[in-house]
Amino acid sequence: MAVPKLEQLSKSVVQGPSLATGAIPTKDWMDVEAVFKPGNYAYPAKVEKVEYLNSQKGLHFPNAREWNPEDDDWKLPEDWKDIILKGLKDRLDKFRSLKIFMDCCVRCGACADKCHFFLGTGDPKNMPVLRAELLRSVYRNDFTIGGKILGKMAGGREMTVGVLKEWFMYSYQCTECRRCSVFCPYGIDTAEVTMMLRELLHLVGVGINWILEPASNSNRTGNHMGLQPHTFKDNVDFLADDIENLTGVKINHSFNRKGAEVLFITPSADVFAEPGLYTAMGYLLLFEHIGLDYTWSTYASEGGNFGLFTNNELMKKLNGKMYAEAKRLGVKYIIGGECGHMWRVVHQYMDTMNGPADFLEVPKSSITGTTFNNAASTKMVHISEFTADLIKNGKLKLDKSRNAHVKATFHDSCNTARAMGLMDEPRYILDHVVDNWVEMPENTIREQTFCCGSGTGLNTDEIMELRMRSGLPRANAVKHVIDKHDVNTLSCVCAIDRATLTSLMNYWNPGCNVCGVSELVGNALVMDGENRQELDEGLRTLV
Amino acid sequence: MKYAFSFLAVIALVLIAGFGSQIPGMQYLFGVVVPYLAIMLFVGGFVYRVMQWAKSPVPFSIPTTCGQGASLDFIKQDKLDCPTKTSEVAARMFLEIFLFRSLFRNTTSELHNGPKITYESSKWLWLFGLLFHYSFLVIVIRHMRLFIDPIPFWLSAIEGVDSMLQIGAPTLYLSSVTLLGGLLLLFGRRLVNRHVRYISLNNDYFPLVLIFAIGLTGILMRYFLRTDIDIINIKNLAMGLVTFSPVIGAKIGAIFYIHLFLVSTLLAYFPFSKLMHMGGVFMSPTRNMANNSRAKRHINPWNDPEIKPHSYAGYEDEFREFMVDAGIPVEKELSAAKDEA
Repeated sequence: MAVPKLEQLSKSVVQGPSLATGAIPTKDWMDVEAVFKPGNYAYPAKVEKVEYLNSQKGLHFPNAREWNPEDDDWKLPEDWKDIILKGLKDRLDKFRSLKIFMDCCVRCGACADKCHFFLGTGDPKNMPVLRAELLRSVYRNDFTIGGKILGKMAGGREMTVGVLKEWFMYSYQCTECRRCSVFCPYGIDTAEVTMMLRELLHLVGVGINWILEPASNSNRTGNHMGLQPHTFKDNVDFLADDIENLTGVKINHSFNRKGAEVLFITPSADVFAEPGLYTAMGYLLLFEHIGLDYTWSTYASEGGNFGLFTNNELMKKLNGKMYAEAKRLGVKYIIGGECGHMWRVVHQYMDTMNGPADFLEVPKSSITGTTFNNAASTKMVHISEFTADLIKNGKLKLDKSRNAHVKATFHDSCNTARAMGLMDEPRYILDHVVDNWVEMPENTIREQTFCCGSGTGLNTDEIMELRMRSGLPRANAVKHVIDKHDVNTLSCVCAIDRATLTSLMNYWNPGCNVCGVSELVGNALVMDGENRQELDEGLRTLV
Repeated sequence: MKYAFSFLAVIALVLIAGFGSQIPGMQYLFGVVVPYLAIMLFVGGFVYRVMQWAKSPVPFSIPTTCGQGASLDFIKQDKLDCPTKTSEVAARMFLEIFLFRSLFRNTTSELHNGPKITYESSKWLWLFGLLFHYSFLVIVIRHMRLFIDPIPFWLSAIEGVDSMLQIGAPTLYLSSVTLLGGLLLLFGRRLVNRHVRYISLNNDYFPLVLIFAIGLTGILMRYFLRTDIDIINIKNLAMGLVTFSPVIGAKIGAIFYIHLFLVSTLLAYFPFSKLMHMGGVFMSPTRNMANNSRAKRHINPWNDPEIKPHSYAGYEDEFREFMVDAGIPVEKELSAAKDEA
């Protein structure tokens, strides 16, 4: 789908008739149907991907078929309604969060304009409260006394194909970023609601390819990109060669090596495409600098977990590789690279799902002697925590002037900020590797940070206009510091961000680079025995 | 016009109680049976709902972290917004429940040409909410004087503070004014704020109108229709209700029965409505959990041990040749694997 020109979209966002710009829809939301047209939906999952996932033990992805959201007939199973309602009941019994969030909302509207999708599209159903009402109305109708007796009078609504289509549209216009949950007086988290909606939709075979294909790749080849072991190795080797060309330093790295102290896992996107590649070079340089005894794995070659965006069974299955590989290789602990949703899974789900990791040791940096007690049970440390500790203990030789070309700002990922509390470690690192960096406005950073607009598997090109709209609040905050402080680099600790913010900057703020914090670390490191070329643009310099 | 329905419903309730209670012999129904039923529904329903919530487990540790987490020694933890200890969680919950802290954060956004989005602090909802809830609390506490004899000191003290402006006779309670004011503001906000107007349901207007009517009938009784009621008889009835020996004296005016009937409706409606946020706010997993899921394992009772990752052995079997070619270590060398096959 062609993306509208910048001037067009800029006008449309502000002046187009939408709830965000002041126009109040005349129709009740229950009477507005979801209309699918090219550009407003992500493509359905390919038959073979759904079939593959469904064939895997412990997974349930039924009803693989060719279907098109624009068609009236979505080829749902005959008893789709029973499946959905039973699925909802099961989930109400399994998740207290769902029950509470269905029951407690008072529709105060505090969340309404906190959503980047709402701000960018003005679509009322993108107000978090209304997104949840899409499900809540069905819940009221079929699971509460008031709704059973009073029906529509009590805000109830029967489950119909139209409702299902609406669920599909709006559960894929939510990136589970949790910003609304910060402002809700009851902590109602739309991420939980969206997760449930997506789980329910998968029960009747409604899912998108941009999520299910990477997920099935990850199951089979170990990573979302579908890189087979030799290719994965080639890619990392290639980065090591690049480093040698640029700095004269030979990188010693290894794959699937038993007995290493540390297993390192990062999103495969970091070894696949720019600008993530430079972040991966940063990791390689850092570990070389301190002589860490570590190994990569081709089997557990994915930090990210698109299972998180489908259902908790697939999330668990994909995540299981991390501990399985750590155990097989006999490492002491795991270090994880920069990634947002990966860390949501590692921080809030991994130990519960696939622990206890009693075969690992409480992470202790062999370089500084620091014990990471905050990871005492999971035994997995974030690269920013690890790096900050190295800096604090003076173990890194850093030369900030090597980042003289950079005037940075820092984007908090939704997940690391609001589902982990990792905010100051990357900032501490930035303080020590760049001369110049500034914060974006306070309502757009830390726990109030805005999503890149393309998280939870929505970073696909066919919905580019939607992505540019939902990314607008983030882009706008970046523009603010570009105008005010001549910022030229948007740094972050997330692989999806590195990919999606690049598109977002190219559209809204051309000329602003996107990089991982570890890239800036790599730039600044003064390596032993280096023979460094003139690197005007750090690791990005073409020589 | 969803709010119109709420007015109609409340007017109907008023008429039912107003006329019904004047039919000879019906006072017992409106003065004793209905309140008892309402209390039973309230307590039973509230307990039932909380038990229903409690029955569902919290499978994952999902606090929303709103500040820096506990990490390295030199990184300062935000103990209130990213708690790791129970005491810190308790402090976070206390501020949430008693001061509506999340609402205090509220901002309002505006889109300007450019495009440019601005965010400004917006504390109205927080203020209206506090005003209403605390007024309601004070009024509920004040009403305890009907159920306790003699009146304890603390109750008189609260009444004293509540009427400290010494306006009129009987002296005006501040909470009477702030309750109605809070309700009007909350109701007005539902109409004026376009986001909230669009999402509001009957379920949202009805409690506001109902509680407003309760407040209004109470104020009418206390300040304007005092001659129609007999406060001694009301206190006797109230004491009778709590001691399970209710007596209906003569001369309790219709206005009292209307007030009581509306309160009964509120009590009966409470557990089956969004008003259960009163209980739910204590149990919301995103607020009442500690952010320590990496340090301490959270247990999911329905975790399925049968869901295992695609095995390394299966992976190596598929890619062994490539791995050997690329010099990646394998568990089984090519020849050994062939022998097995």
